[in-house]
Amino acid sequence: MNVVNKPLASLDGKALMMGRPAYTDDFAAPQSLVVKVLRSPHPFARIVSIETDEARAIKGVACVLTHKDFKRISFTRAGQGYPEPSPHDKFVLDEYVRYVGDEVAIVAGVDSSTAEAALAAIKVKYELLTHVLDMETAVGNPSVIHPEPEAREMFPIGFEPKKNIAAAYKMNVGDVDAVLKKCDVVVKQTYRTTAQAHVAMEPHAANARFDHQNRLVIYATTQTPVHVRRIISQALAYPIANIRVIKPRVGGGFGGKQAIAAELIVAAVAIRTGLPCRYAFTRKEVFESSYSRHPMNIEMTLGAMKDGTLKAIDCKVLSDTGAYGEHALTVFMVTGSKVLPLYNKVEAVRFAGTVVYTNHTPAGAYRGYGAIQGNFALESAVDELCAALKCDPLAFRRKNMIREGETSPIFAIMGEGTEGTAMTMETCKLPFCVDRGADLSDWAHNHPRRIVAKNRVRAVGMAIAMQGSGIPLIDMASATVKLNDDGFYNLLVGATDIGQKSDTILAQIAAEALGTTLEKIVVTSSDTDVTPFDTGAYASSTTYVSGNAVLKAATKMKETLVAEAAQVLGTTRDQVAFDGSTFVAETGRLTLKDLSNRLFYNHDQKQLSVTESFCGHKSPPPFMAGFATVEVDLETGEVDLVDYVSVVDCGTTINPKLAQGQVEGGIVQGIGMTLFEEPVYGKADGKTVNSDLLSYKIPTRLEIRKLTTEFAISYEESGPYGAKSVAEIGIDTPPAAIANAIYNAVGVRVRTLPITPEKIWRGMQIRAGKMEESK
Amino acid sequence: MIVNVDVNGRLRSFDVPPGAFLLDVLREAGYLSIRRGCDTTSCGICTVLLDGKPVPSCSYLAIRAEGRKVTTVEGIPEEAAKLARHFGEEGADQCGYCNPSLALAVYALKQTRPKATDEEIRLWLVGNLCRCSGYQSQLVAIKRYLEERP
Repeated sequence: MNVVNKPLASLDGKALMMGRPAYTDDFAAPQSLVVKVLRSPHPFARIVSIETDEARAIKGVACVLTHKDFKRISFTRAGQGYPEPSPHDKFVLDEYVRYVGDEVAIVAGVDSSTAEAALAAIKVKYELLTHVLDMETAVGNPSVIHPEPEAREMFPIGFEPKKNIAAAYKMNVGDVDAVLKKCDVVVKQTYRTTAQAHVAMEPHAANARFDHQNRLVIYATTQTPVHVRRIISQALAYPIANIRVIKPRVGGGFGGKQAIAAELIVAAVAIRTGLPCRYAFTRKEVFESSYSRHPMNIEMTLGAMKDGTLKAIDCKVLSDTGAYGEHALTVFMVTGSKVLPLYNKVEAVRFAGTVVYTNHTPAGAYRGYGAIQGNFALESAVDELCAALKCDPLAFRRKNMIREGETSPIFAIMGEGTEGTAMTMETCKLPFCVDRGADLSDWAHNHPRRIVAKNRVRAVGMAIAMQGSGIPLIDMASATVKLNDDGFYNLLVGATDIGQKSDTILAQIAAEALGTTLEKIVVTSSDTDVTPFDTGAYASSTTYVSGNAVLKAATKMKETLVAEAAQVLGTTRDQVAFDGSTFVAETGRLTLKDLSNRLFYNHDQKQLSVTESFCGHKSPPPFMAGFATVEVDLETGEVDLVDYVSVVDCGTTINPKLAQGQVEGGIVQGIGMTLFEEPVYGKADGKTVNSDLLSYKIPTRLEIRKLTTEFAISYEESGPYGAKSVAEIGIDTPPAAIANAIYNAVGVRVRTLPITPEKIWRGMQIRAGKMEESK
Repeated sequence: MIVNVDVNGRLRSFDVPPGAFLLDVLREAGYLSIRRGCDTTSCGICTVLLDGKPVPSCSYLAIRAEGRKVTTVEGIPEEAAKLARHFGEEGADQCGYCNPSLALAVYALKQTRPKATDEEIRLWLVGNLCRCSGYQSQLVAIKRYLEERP
């Protein structure tokens, strides 16, 4: 391969470094109205009255919108395919507010200070309702968060709003209870994960204006342009053919920009006023009013025999979707479907749970999407089981983990809100990942622990993980390859580059198939008027699903070119060799440059353009083994992460350096979630305490000492040039691997994230008999 | 009120309200490489050089820039391109939103401490957050840029 599997520089990196206008707010129309949103100060309340006359009277205020200005149309902001597996439980504006930060009113003014003045002049009278913040008390709570009759499910997802249940699901294979009874050792523990904020560096933003055809043009920070177009049309009852959504460069997404956010609000203002407008979230709004990761309580029961054979897994989940059910069912199902098949040889496995409404900031899609929560529970529990069995964690995993050529019944049973798709692991290099990770982390020397200084212990812990490559039979991507004169190409993709550099790797795939270089491929993504359909950047779908669409389109373009050249050369296509720049036959030679110029200007003129689509019939999982080396201070419980080793099987890396960036970016977000990230709410008032970057800490350059990342040699036949996806797999292992390392270091098992020095220190005190365990 | 600033070598006069911050004034004037990342001076994305020193423009009053030299990444295109080449080779660039500000901070480091150690680089850039890269590839790229002699 000449272009694929090469560490080429990204297509847009240089221009972005040089500061070219590229992001949503850079494209706001001149003289745009500034939009701001009045947000609820209460976790749960009904708006009794809302006075806007004074705000409307302020000079320069163009509009003030409240729930009275909108038809009551229920929808979901989730940004998924249609019909969505998330309940339709949201209104553009509603008379109820369900979390601190929920929308109350929208204002637009000639400038920022005018809009601020309008916000201050709105008078709202609230009837305070009893809020529900503890997910354990949500089901059947007398306070019902969605009492409205319009809230509905699109198909059965276990939706019971009167009981505060957004979704529920259960499945089992075999008789778990009977198998557990026969096991020599059973471990049963509850693991808790917290919400996590995405903290993409670019806050959510959108701007809107009407164009020369009076169509509504929206620039937005979105991962899902076609879903945004559909949802705006639906929620505002506005003709979909009149909406154009353009996604320029996006400053990070990680799932946080899958849902619709500012887009709907600027659309409403533009439609109401006819004027261009812009809305950029403050960082506080990003924290409080976009969405976060679903916090979960996961009860994990594992049963095994003395010889280290895992016999049964029982997994019960309680998930908190916050005020709206965005991704409620699907995130929770991934907690089972992309976690439990790791140990496919069990006799029985059960998965069940409930996703509840609370008055927290809504939860939604976030890289890992349920798998990171489930992985923390399962891979912590596996190490707890190993401790009980006195079994080496590596030997246990080698014995019980899924391998190439094998399957799990779970694949067929559990899909994304529906039934799943049976599949066999054509590629699974987990044995290599485990062995190589053990070498790189010096497991033999560091496991379980060694003293490195007075009061300082070094230890290593590990975890294995899997993810997916798109949603089979649902995610569809398409690509158009268009020939230009002089022999260069346009590649039009709906695939959504949000900073993961998908434009670059898709261009690499196209260039490889066409036998050309990256410079000859001009990529456009995404513009709903211009680029072909793609469900968007989520579910680790772009490399595999969109990549396959690009491969099909480029391959067909090459065939088309050869056919045209054969005609010119007076021969048949099988007699023509094409190296990407010159066609050679016994009858003569023709350059691509000459052929394309001839096709446009001279003879039998036509535009060559190919559009192809791909929808996967399976979702080949990427796999990895993660090894965390930590040093723990025995006096303070402080943890230094010395090294994080990742050995990943994502099939062929289309661009090894960019794939490494995906893995390491995921690892560091996972480290943040493990060690310190946690949105904190006031118990009494339901307000977030740390919704800014001063008090919500993400990893900085100081915490990240060393990352060691390698890829297994692997070739997935169904993927483009052997590739599987790689966006999410990196985030899954840090919680369990670090928790296991800390246990190995000091014997303290922390089952509630984040694993703070305080929790470790308390654990050490309890172990030393200096403190009692608290409930 | 009028504030006179040298922006990238060109004298500019801006008519600004007294409380205006440098970030908003510069963006309004078309310097779109400077962007907002937070509201609390915590992320480094709005960094500009003020007389050669990195400053967060989101919380710097525009009137305080009177008579001073402001550099945005548009003012150091060659240096930004050099750093971009190393970022490209290491795959250290992802979403790119923080990169213009990072280029300015790294350029200032090169002026101040061209032989900075890994630890000094980490400390100098601790206020420049990145959520995409995991930082390590950026450290390698930044070291290569610092080692590059004119």
